[in-house]
Amino acid sequence: MGKAKHYIAVTVLVILATLFLRFFILGPIYRLPNAASAQAVPIDIMFSAHFWLISFLFALIMVIMLYSVFVFRRKQGDDEMGPYIHGNTGLEVAWTIIPTMIVIGFGVWGAVVLNELTAPNPQEMTIRVWGQQWAWLFEYPEQEGITTPELVLPVNQPVVLEMESRDVLHSFWIPEFRVKQDLLPGRKTYLRITPTEVGDYKVRCAEICGLQHSVMLADVRVVDQSEFVAWVDERTAAPAYADLTPVERGEIWYTEFGCNACHSLDDTVQVGPSWQGIYNRQVELEDGSTVTVDDAYIRESIINPNHQIVAGFLPNLMPQDFETRMADKEAEIQSTQGTDIDIIDDIIAFMQTLE
Amino acid sequence: MKTLGIIFNSAYVRGLVGQAIFMFAGIGLVGGIRNALGLPPNVEPGVVLGAILGVIGFLLFAGVLTDWLKWIVGKKTPLRHGGPEGKPHWARYLNVDVNHKVIGIQYGYTSIFVLLVGGLFALIFRLELAQPGLQLLDNRTYNTLFSAHGIIMIASILLGVGAMINYLVPLMIGASDMAFPRLNAFSYWVGVPAVVLILAGMVVGGWDTGWVGYPPLTFRAPLGVVLFLMGFYLNGLSSIASSINLLVTVSFMRAPGMSLFRMPIFVWAAVATSLIQFTATQTVGVALTLNVMERVAGLTFFDPTAGGDPILYQHLFWFYSHPVVYVFVLPGLGIISELLPVFSRKPLFGYKWIALSSLGIAFVGFLVWAHHMFTSGMNDVLRIPFMMATMFVAIPTGVKFFSWIATMWEGKLSFETPMLFVLGAISVFLIGGVTGPILGTIPTDLHLHDSYWVVGHFHATMFGGFIFPFFAAIYYWFPKITGRMYKESLGKLHFWLMVPGFWVMSLGQMQVGLMGMRRRISDYDPALGVQNTQVLITIAALVIGWSVLIMVYNLVSSARSKEIAATNPWGSRSPEWQIPYPVPEFNYEVPFEVVGDPYDYGLVGSEYIHMQGAPAPTGD
Repeated sequence: MGKAKHYIAVTVLVILATLFLRFFILGPIYRLPNAASAQAVPIDIMFSAHFWLISFLFALIMVIMLYSVFVFRRKQGDDEMGPYIHGNTGLEVAWTIIPTMIVIGFGVWGAVVLNELTAPNPQEMTIRVWGQQWAWLFEYPEQEGITTPELVLPVNQPVVLEMESRDVLHSFWIPEFRVKQDLLPGRKTYLRITPTEVGDYKVRCAEICGLQHSVMLADVRVVDQSEFVAWVDERTAAPAYADLTPVERGEIWYTEFGCNACHSLDDTVQVGPSWQGIYNRQVELEDGSTVTVDDAYIRESIINPNHQIVAGFLPNLMPQDFETRMADKEAEIQSTQGTDIDIIDDIIAFMQTLE
Repeated sequence: MKTLGIIFNSAYVRGLVGQAIFMFAGIGLVGGIRNALGLPPNVEPGVVLGAILGVIGFLLFAGVLTDWLKWIVGKKTPLRHGGPEGKPHWARYLNVDVNHKVIGIQYGYTSIFVLLVGGLFALIFRLELAQPGLQLLDNRTYNTLFSAHGIIMIASILLGVGAMINYLVPLMIGASDMAFPRLNAFSYWVGVPAVVLILAGMVVGGWDTGWVGYPPLTFRAPLGVVLFLMGFYLNGLSSIASSINLLVTVSFMRAPGMSLFRMPIFVWAAVATSLIQFTATQTVGVALTLNVMERVAGLTFFDPTAGGDPILYQHLFWFYSHPVVYVFVLPGLGIISELLPVFSRKPLFGYKWIALSSLGIAFVGFLVWAHHMFTSGMNDVLRIPFMMATMFVAIPTGVKFFSWIATMWEGKLSFETPMLFVLGAISVFLIGGVTGPILGTIPTDLHLHDSYWVVGHFHATMFGGFIFPFFAAIYYWFPKITGRMYKESLGKLHFWLMVPGFWVMSLGQMQVGLMGMRRRISDYDPALGVQNTQVLITIAALVIGWSVLIMVYNLVSSARSKEIAATNPWGSRSPEWQIPYPVPEFNYEVPFEVVGDPYDYGLVGSEYIHMQGAPAPTGD
């Protein structure tokens, strides 16, 4: 009878503590961002189950521990030993078998949901995602190869992101969409998302990728179908490159090649020198000599970034493949539009306007 | 004046001088050769050679290699025992010594010192994170500080584990010392230049790869990354050497009658830990070596543009770096199991289950490494078996928790500082434990991976599994080590600051993680709505920092007190508490025989050990 009292008290307290933890302690902690993708639905159900499990397990152990602390404390002057109980095989087996069942259950559930999250959908639209130190670029092969630094998605359209890095590892994460996938150089990785809520979000790089990792963000706009069509029309119409001035083209290249990740257009100094007022300025180099930022220096610095580093900045940060990437782009424009352009000339023209 | 002389002539100072000389010699040598060959100046190969030579220089000048070098040329050298001649007793702790108790204490204070350094780094970047925007640090410094915090704390934990194992295991099993005393000294001393290399890496440009050092980022990181990788490597070397020593000691040097299931439970934990260290560390050694070779010598293993595979590195790295978290926590969990029966006056509930659960954790720990790579892009079919294996870690861990609360149940509990830290450890490790499965199931992990949830979970397991039990062990064995009692009031103050501080910090980290805060960022988007919690986390971290300083003050001031503590203040049955302070050079002047079970508190007339020559038990 004396022992039964303890067991009843503990059972009641565990139930109460589970509820208390779940609603009053974990309540304020368990604050997932709004669920904005179809993938978030099964994931959030799983989150909910996990938070009940967390509440119960924490309550179970803590209640018994604190109950012992308050009820079984040693009285002043009591130097007797406690009861000689050194184990109970039945209990040991029980608390081995029951958790095994629970974790197998969760494992199987996790596998089923994962399968659902990664299954290809026949209606899905492919978008290519490029990560580079510290910028994102999105390419729409099904929309005439639009390339843009912001990700625009039509609502309720299943999308497969075909992702690749240009340099180090990055990771694609939009917290509202719940799912995450790393980007690797030289190998494609895939992530499937179906946005369900119109709105503005951000891609946040989740894998440490060097100096400016914290600010490797990209805007995401989920829009309705008609707005997406309008956006595509506008973007596909735009790059008739022959009709644009070099300055306008230079501004496109500034974001398309990710220059914006390191070179600001106002006077803030990020990883590289700001472009504001840089054209024709005298700058001091690492070796103490000075050089004028003229067309030749700019061309050299894009093709061969480590060659003449401005004092106070670091080598090895700027990608060294711009020559080939720009040549590829020029060849593509030549073959599709028959227009001969020089991307570096455009960028120089753009820089000249930044006073 | 004499004091200063001893300090300047200590192995630490001599070693550092040797390291500096050899390091610069290495840099100069490579520089000279490159110059003679007309190669362009490049400091990095010189730094690599300098780092390797520097470690040899440290060991030579400190005197770690002296005996072995003499053996090579055919001179016999006896093991030198006892304190230094003509010098005060404390000088012993500043020099190379082969006694396991001295080495244990050297591990201990070095661990606490390195812990304070790593903690200071954390507090600096925690202050930065209190507000959005960059106020105190730039990105470069921030990245270096968080990267160094990780690896420095790992070094501290490995040293702390070494402290507990070295000091306690020979005493607990009735051995006169470790099996290989010189190797034991080597294991400790090689860890010192390792820490120096890591700190030097922060000075020569720092690095921004975190403690994981994933390629290809390591190939683009500043020079500091090379020194970090090499310091990390040396920590591994220290681990392997000490694990061999421990396994041999426990296998062959136990007191008569001490069968495997009559060993103190901490010894089981030490064995499980050493098995992991002995078998897993080589893999990270390979990973780090290839990483350095690729960066410095241009061999390609991981760079995809040259045919390498960056995911290969992650597999090699985590094959060690997951099991090693059990190296960090198993000794701590052993301390919890060791102390609970003493303060509950009741046998340890399910001794064999607890002992085998340590081996179970060590075994399952080898099968789960790829859960660190659930979003990495590794082959999809690997994800599900690794998810299953990961979930199974919960089972042996659960056995420990249930056995602990069953040990306390109906006991006669008292709450001196060590017991408080044990209870704190259980509560904090429980936070770490219950927040694990949600990372184990892949769908929920896809949201939480690389978020602050992971930071919260990991810190809870490290604090619950190492920091709290380590502090419990320090308070508990302090009277055995120094012969003095620590100040109970300060011990309790330390506890009551640190426990709530840690809960706030850990739960806060988990909350901001759920809300979308990524790990390893110097600045966050105010739109996430995490700012108030960030302030709370920073305040909590400062409270934890101050509480640890209180402990340091308590230990230092109590050690200098005149009053000698009681021989067995806790009423423990463990052998080391049956002999008075100071413990003799070779531990037990009369060997003991094990005649009973270690935790039979409450069994009238029972005895764990019988000192030979002592009268038979009288029955009370």
